[in-house]
Amino acid sequence: MADEHGIVASGLVREFKKGPRAVDGIDLVVHPGEIYGFLGPNGAGKSTTVHMLTTLLPPTAGTATVAGYDIVREGPQVRAAIGAALQEAALDPLLTGREHLRLQTTLQGIPRAERARRGELLLERVGLSQAADRKVRGYSGGMKRRLDLALALVHSPRILFLDEPTTGLDVQSRSALWEEVRRLAQDDGVTVFLTTQYLEEADVLANRVGIIDHGRIVAEGTPAQLKAEVGRPTVEVVPADLEDKERAAGILARFGEPCAAIQGVAVRLRTGEADLAEIVRALDAEGLKVENLQLHQPSLDDVFLAKTGRSLEGAGEEEEEPELALEPA
Amino acid sequence: MSERFVEQVGQLARRSVVRTARQPANVVFPLVFPLLLLAVNSTGLESATHLPGFPTDSYLAFALAVPFMQGALFATMNAGTDLARDIQTGFLNRLALTPMRGIALLSGQLGGVMAMTAVQAAVWIAAGLILGVHFAAGVGGIAVLFIFSLLIGLGFGALGAFLALRTGSGEAVQGMFPVFFVFLFISSMAMPRNLIEIKWFQTAATLNPVSYLIEGIRSLIVIGWDAEALALGFGVAILIAVTAVTLASLSLRTRLTRS
Repeated sequence: MADEHGIVASGLVREFKKGPRAVDGIDLVVHPGEIYGFLGPNGAGKSTTVHMLTTLLPPTAGTATVAGYDIVREGPQVRAAIGAALQEAALDPLLTGREHLRLQTTLQGIPRAERARRGELLLERVGLSQAADRKVRGYSGGMKRRLDLALALVHSPRILFLDEPTTGLDVQSRSALWEEVRRLAQDDGVTVFLTTQYLEEADVLANRVGIIDHGRIVAEGTPAQLKAEVGRPTVEVVPADLEDKERAAGILARFGEPCAAIQGVAVRLRTGEADLAEIVRALDAEGLKVENLQLHQPSLDDVFLAKTGRSLEGAGEEEEEPELALEPA
Repeated sequence: MSERFVEQVGQLARRSVVRTARQPANVVFPLVFPLLLLAVNSTGLESATHLPGFPTDSYLAFALAVPFMQGALFATMNAGTDLARDIQTGFLNRLALTPMRGIALLSGQLGGVMAMTAVQAAVWIAAGLILGVHFAAGVGGIAVLFIFSLLIGLGFGALGAFLALRTGSGEAVQGMFPVFFVFLFISSMAMPRNLIEIKWFQTAATLNPVSYLIEGIRSLIVIGWDAEALALGFGVAILIAVTAVTLASLSLRTRLTRS
């Protein structure tokens, strides 16, 4: 009963000849119907992991099953169960969107009578019906990504791999793609394995997040769990009169430990955001006029910082992921 | 051969033709360049027909075999660069994730190359007829010439595909173009082998398989039904095709590392 399976990986390793250990013993479980966000900087091993799980790259060590099938021994069954939109939309700039779908439906073995209907349905679903007969080289980045997604869905896969699907897209295109991914998971029960280097993407889209760095998963859980692990929220108060900063700090000290603030004074709350109302009442009782009061929740970047000692932004500039076409060690 | 396989090959061949047709430089240049060279050579080297033992009194008829080989070289480049681009852009990975068999990809790609070769061959034959070339082997010879050129296109197209699959680089494939052109020039392209006076050139042309391909084509145009020339020509063409297709298939298997 493959339908009951998502993705299970155990000790997955990929070494490249004369290169680093791109993936260094990954263990993960993705439940059916879940959106799993695989978050990490460039070169962390995200794409190498996706290539292994989609059977495009054999692992050096470890095992994994996708949809209940072994990625090494049951490659054809894995490929039949998955759809994938890999990094950089792999499209032919000289073909139209409709021609891409015709080719993909044929190669996927969709019955001849259903091909055109399936193609139209998917073009409509990703909002490309109007542009279906235009060559792909004239498409925007967002349109290419949406076509890439449509092609990955041609054979109604149970598991969908999206490798950095929104990299380089504008905010509007990104939101549209998020909406579609969410719909796939919620309405169609598709399991989504999504790699990203965007904190916000993992935060708003994923049910669970795995943070990868240097080929290892350094943290895993729901976004809320991960953020709760690294710390409590902070409150920053900016008094209307900056002379009152010391007074404000004294009041805030009743609720937590002082911490760095951008403009005013801040504390890390001892008991969480429930204290917020108490703080407002205390400031009011002391007659302190406030210009601004903000609650800062810990972000996934704080999680990454706590786990790796580095900020996620810019972390990938240190090293790029090895060329995936390299020969195995 | 299953219906699904045939459909896959058909779609991939269609894609190959559509891609080529939508790149005017890939259509026009392989047609215009050999015709220009043919025009220049046939007027400039007409006096060579006065040499004792020259097989025809029309240098145009003698040189008409050359565009077929130049067309084959362009087929090599086009097939190679197209496939290399698929590797570089990740399109090959997209195809690898479908139930498509590797041999379908290769067959489709080569089917497209052969379709273009057929168009080219038709143009060369038509150009020869328009310019008054008498095809010595008659209508049957023209049909054999057509089939022969398709076989050459298959072999050289597979060679281009092999280079692309081996290197994964369009630049590397294009870098081989001068090498192939040297093979063409050090052959019996411009002069029958027995009339080449420079000894090393004659030896090189005799060792060069391209000479036998040209001589096979040429025999149908200027001699008629020459069994030896045709046997050697077809033999070399089949050998090149079998070797190149085998190498390309093996390289494709390595390139499609899917489990």
